[in-house]
Amino acid sequence: MRRLPVAVIAALLGRRGRRAAAEAHGERIVPEGEPAPLGAELVVAALLVLSAICGAGFVVAFAVTTPATHQTQYLGLALGLCLTFLAAAAIVFSKRLVVDEDAEEDYPEPHPAEQAEVREIVRESGSRITRKRLLLGAGGLAGAGLTAALVAPAVSLGPVFDTDSLRSSPWTRGKRLVDERERPLLAYDIEPNTFYTAYPEHEDRDRIASPVILVRLDPNALKLPADRADWAPDGILAFSKICTHAGCAISMYRKPLFAPADPRPALVCPCHYSTFDPATGGDVIFGPAGRPLPQLPLLIDPATRELKAAGGMSGPVGPSWSGVRE
Amino acid sequence: MSGRTGMPDDVVAWVDRRTGAAPFLKKAMRYVFPDHWSFLLGEVALYSFVVLVGTGIFLALFFEDSTAKVVYHGSYAPLAGFHMTKAYASVLHLSWDVKGGLLMRQTHHWAANIFVAAIVLHLIRIFFTGAFRKPREATYLIGLLMLMIALPEGYLGYSLVDDLLSGMGLAIGYGVALSVPFIGGNLAQLLWGGPFPGDPQFWSRMYIAHVLIIPILLATLITIHLVLVASRHHTQFSRLPRQTERTVVGSPMVPSYAPKSIGLFFGTTGLLFLLGGLIQINPIWEWGPFATSQSTNAAQPDWYLGWLIGALRIVPGFDLTIGDYTVVGNPFWGGALFPLVVFIILGVYPFWERRRSGDRQTHNLLDRPRDNPRRTAFGAALLTWVLAVFFAGSADRAYETFGFSYNAQIWIYRALVILAPLVVYALTRKVCRELQAADRVELVSKAAEEEARAASAR
Repeated sequence: MRRLPVAVIAALLGRRGRRAAAEAHGERIVPEGEPAPLGAELVVAALLVLSAICGAGFVVAFAVTTPATHQTQYLGLALGLCLTFLAAAAIVFSKRLVVDEDAEEDYPEPHPAEQAEVREIVRESGSRITRKRLLLGAGGLAGAGLTAALVAPAVSLGPVFDTDSLRSSPWTRGKRLVDERERPLLAYDIEPNTFYTAYPEHEDRDRIASPVILVRLDPNALKLPADRADWAPDGILAFSKICTHAGCAISMYRKPLFAPADPRPALVCPCHYSTFDPATGGDVIFGPAGRPLPQLPLLIDPATRELKAAGGMSGPVGPSWSGVRE
Repeated sequence: MSGRTGMPDDVVAWVDRRTGAAPFLKKAMRYVFPDHWSFLLGEVALYSFVVLVGTGIFLALFFEDSTAKVVYHGSYAPLAGFHMTKAYASVLHLSWDVKGGLLMRQTHHWAANIFVAAIVLHLIRIFFTGAFRKPREATYLIGLLMLMIALPEGYLGYSLVDDLLSGMGLAIGYGVALSVPFIGGNLAQLLWGGPFPGDPQFWSRMYIAHVLIIPILLATLITIHLVLVASRHHTQFSRLPRQTERTVVGSPMVPSYAPKSIGLFFGTTGLLFLLGGLIQINPIWEWGPFATSQSTNAAQPDWYLGWLIGALRIVPGFDLTIGDYTVVGNPFWGGALFPLVVFIILGVYPFWERRRSGDRQTHNLLDRPRDNPRRTAFGAALLTWVLAVFFAGSADRAYETFGFSYNAQIWIYRALVILAPLVVYALTRKVCRELQAADRVELVSKAAEEEARAASAR
């Protein structure tokens, strides 16, 4: 019994295969090469054992750690090292234990005989056909019909032909402006030098046409077009919060604080820095947007001082599409 | 062979009797791989794809493709009580409450980044060595197609999560779809099932595309790509006299190449899991759930969409209009036309070069970049063009981090995008020609040395 461990170690560490290699005679396919460097086999074996240990370590880490105790790090380290040791073993194996040879192979050549035969088969197969163009035309027609039939169900995916929903908006005259918690916004809530996000009362806020951005400017500094003269009571302006460039929400307000660089207050979309001038009714002053920000006319309820829409948006909300009117 | 190694003989006999594969196996085992480090980039992409599929299956077992609203009550306390979609909540759950979940998610994300990076570097290698030439144009085009598919695949992957950044990315995607000339409005509604943020079914559409349709397409294209590579055999540099247009020289699959490649496989996967475990990527809990009315500054997509965000940033602000009517919305130029032009240039380049040079020969030997100054200069200029646009994408970060005026940066990039490729073209061509001249001098001096040596020996 005492000899068993020795036998196991001898079986593991003992060199075999040399004899078999020596016995091989005649022409080899794989050249024999120099004898492998001493110890390379042990290095490979050691790397494989290390890999096995890391693999086991992964299982242990999985069992004893929780997401709160750096589990991701332990797991990644264990599995990563397990794989890396395997990689090292494979590379030492290829560099040290097997022969590295410069084998040759011919690049493939074309097959002119077979090419000719293919052409012949095609030609001869059609030798009884006399109205080639008619058949090709009819075949093409059938193909087009089938394609159309296969593509048609895609129309079910969305309202393809009717783009009116792109224009639909929840804003109508008298609609109250509410905040995130559905509380009505009052005129004196709106301070200068900051911006507010508001939504139409009782509407889906995630609709692209819903959110508006509110700012208060000095009424004397406004340069709104003549037909919007009464759209900004007390200097409070509302614009669609969705950038007319690519549809992101506008969430930056360059206040006069940035005075030396940007003397005017401006609404900026963080996605591509389209910059809009609230004082002139949402004109683009920088960046890629091609269309002014739609403005929402406001009114202040004389009794409650609540902010309400005085009408619909001045233009379609969100990115432009083919056919939309500027 | 004697029966001493009994097992393999039996296995080989068994397999051959049932599949007839012995001749194929013999040929495959002695298939020759020419050696150069840059030939491994495609393999890195392939192995990253394997990791993507493996980790992706794990993620799919936990992800819910639903925009139904829930209130979050998981382990990540700062978001407790937040209203969010099931999609986002399920990824939070995966990241914070599923053992190994975050490791798998981060490894998946790293693998996606490295997958595309390896494809791009592989493409650059192929381009500058002329490996796309006859008879490998089809292999090249399929590779290009895979890159074109890999980009939306990655985009869909991080869009599915429905955190704030992914929602901003989707809004931009919606803007680009809307801007397509003539059909934009219809196209966007078809894909989204209505105006942004779209029908709830939009999520199932993205999901099935991300986990089934595109991966199967990629796997099919990878298979065709590899079959074509093997059938035309690898290209090689002419480093040994024996390496000619007719003969390929290198390591045979067995015994020396296979273990190297297996090593590369485990090396790639090991690196990806180390990255996934140790280096945080896309901490979605920090972004919070998406709402149409919200966005954040200095947001960036994954690196491989940086060129598109750059293009969207530097295009001057205009929609193409006729009278009052929009024909082409602004995002089309940067978000759709620019990548389309780049891919078309890359796609037609082999055929254009063939026409220009009149070279209809088969090419199994690779060029060194200097061997073809015009191609190298053109490739360098194209790369510069794309890179200038790519860096323009980070203008917001440079503004945030270093305080460089954003507006000034955009004007600089607009100039760079036009000027830099021209300068790089001229410069690269000159450098290539100088290098060629140096090579010639070296050849001449070597020949002279030989002669002198031969003379002195006499």
